[in-house]
Amino acid sequence: MDLKDLYRDVIVDHNRNPRNFGKLEAADSHAEGHNPLCGDRLTLYVNFDGDRIREAKFEGSGCAISVASASLLTEAVKGKSREEVRRLFDQIHALLTQHDADVDLAGLGKLAALSGVREFPARVKCASLCWHTLNAALSNATQPVSTE
Amino acid sequence: MSAAQPTMTSTTALDVASIRRDFPILEQRINGKPLVYLDNAASSQRPRAVIDAIRSYYETDHANVHRGVHTLSQRATDAYEGARDIVRNFINAGDTREIIFVRGTTEAINLVAQSYARPRLGPGDEILISALEHHANIVPWQLVCEHTGAALKVIPIDRHGEIQYEAFERLIGPRTKLLALAHVSNALGTIVPVDKFIARARELGVPVLLDGAQAVPHGPVDVRALDCDFYCFSAHKMCGPTGIGVLYGRRELLEEMPPWQGGGDMILTVSFEKTTYNQLPWKFEAGTPHISGAVGLAAAIRYLQSIGMERIARYERELLAYATERLQEVPGLKIIGTAAQKAAVISFTLEGIHPHDIGTILDTEGVAIRTGHHCAMPVMDFFQVPATARASLAFYNTFEEIDRLIAALERARSLLS
Repeated sequence: MDLKDLYRDVIVDHNRNPRNFGKLEAADSHAEGHNPLCGDRLTLYVNFDGDRIREAKFEGSGCAISVASASLLTEAVKGKSREEVRRLFDQIHALLTQHDADVDLAGLGKLAALSGVREFPARVKCASLCWHTLNAALSNATQPVSTE
Repeated sequence: MSAAQPTMTSTTALDVASIRRDFPILEQRINGKPLVYLDNAASSQRPRAVIDAIRSYYETDHANVHRGVHTLSQRATDAYEGARDIVRNFINAGDTREIIFVRGTTEAINLVAQSYARPRLGPGDEILISALEHHANIVPWQLVCEHTGAALKVIPIDRHGEIQYEAFERLIGPRTKLLALAHVSNALGTIVPVDKFIARARELGVPVLLDGAQAVPHGPVDVRALDCDFYCFSAHKMCGPTGIGVLYGRRELLEEMPPWQGGGDMILTVSFEKTTYNQLPWKFEAGTPHISGAVGLAAAIRYLQSIGMERIARYERELLAYATERLQEVPGLKIIGTAAQKAAVISFTLEGIHPHDIGTILDTEGVAIRTGHHCAMPVMDFFQVPATARASLAFYNTFEEIDRLIAALERARSLLS
C-alpha cells in the first residue's frame, strides 16, 4: 500500500481548498449524509436547470478523502442530466469497490484520483458518502443517508 | 522530531523486552514496519500463557460444567469455578457468589439495568450517570427509563474531562435510585475519583455501579475498598479472551434480584407449574457458559499478577508522561482530556488533519491507533470535535514505540497539512 496512491495531489488539493463549499441558498434539493464510524457529516445542495444540474454545493466536515470526493463531485456533476449522473455514480462505485472495474479512467478526469481508495477498504465509505448523498438529493429523500 | 532526542527509559523494574516476547502477535510487521500496537483501550493483546491455557483446556479438559459425573465434566467444572475464585481474589470480593460471568462489561451493565433497576424504578425516580460515559453505560439506562418512566440525569464534565463534583452534589438526591459511573474514561483516560462520589452516594443510600472496563487492566482494583455495589469489566481488555467479562455485585443486592435470562444451569427444579431458581452466582448464568473464556481469563489474571498490578500502573504512568510530553511537541496537536489523574489513554486532534486520515497514515507506518468517537459521542459533542485519534498504552508498550508514534504523526503532517 502506497499512501501517495491514496493521498494523490488532486485529493490533497481538494481537501485543502474544497470547491463549491458552502450552503446553496434556495436549493432545489438537498440531502444529508453521515458516516457514524468516523463522524463524517455533509449536506449536499443541488439546483436544477430542467433535467440538468446547474449547480451543486456541499458543506460539512470530514476526512480528506470525504471532503475531496465531495469537492470533486460538485465539479463533476455540473451540467449533467440525471441519467448522466446515475451512470457516473455507477462508474465511481465500480472504481471504488472493484479491482477489475471496467471504468474509463481518462473519461473520469480528476475523479480518477479516487481510484487509489480501493486499496484501503476501510476508507471506501469515506469516498462514497457524498455520492450516496447525491443520490438521495436527486430522489429528494427525506431520511439522512448513512453509510452504516 | 529530531533523531538526536534521546529516548527516555523506564525507571521501573519492568523487563518490557522479556514481557514482549510473551505476546506472539507483537512480533509481526504491518505494512513492512514492526507493529506498534497502541489500541489497547479497544482491546489488548494476549500473552502465550492465555492462548496455551485455552488450548490446553480444549485438548485435555473440556466437557460441559455442573452436569456430568464423569471425569472431564468434573475437570471443566473445577476449571470454571476455579476461575471464579481467581477473579474474586483479583478484585478482592468477599465471596465467589458475588462473581457473575457475563459476556463483557456491556452485558454486566445490561444485567443490572434489567434485573436491578427495571423492576424497582418508576416515574419520579432518577438514574444518575456522567457525561464521560461509554455508550454501554448510557443506553442500558435509557432503555430502563423508557420502560419505567424514570429519568436519566447526567453530571456534566469540565474542559479537562473531569466530572464536576459540585454538579454531582446538586444532582444526587432522594429521587436518585442508582449512580452509574466510569472508573476510567475510555475516550479521555480520566481516572474518576470515584471514592468521593461513592462516599456521598453511601450517605444518601444510593447504590453505585462502576464501569471498570478501562480500570481493571491498568492497576489494582479492590471492590471492597471502593465500597461499590456493582463493578463491571471485560476480559479482552486485560489480556484475556473476548466474549467473557465479570459482574461483581454485592451479595444482598444480587440475592434480591430476579434472573434476567432463563434456561439451563440457572434453575434448581423445573415443572410446568413452578420453577425454582438456582443460587448465586448460577442464577444469573443461564445456559452453557463460556468455560474456555473463564479459563483464559484466569490465565490472564495469573499473568498480570505475575508482573504485579502496582508495577504495571507505575510503568504505564511513566509511559503516559513521556507520550504526553512528546505529543505536545507536535505542532498543531491538541490533547483532548487533561484530567489531573489519567490512565495511559491519550485522545488528540491534529490541526487540519482529520483523525481518520491520521489513522490510515499511521497504519502504513505500522502504528495501530483508534480513530473515531470511541463509543462516547456525548464526549465528542462536549469537546465539539467529530472524532479524535486515540493512542492507548499497555505495559508491553515501550518508549521507543512512542517515538515511532511521533515520527508517524510527523509523516501525516508532511503529507496533509
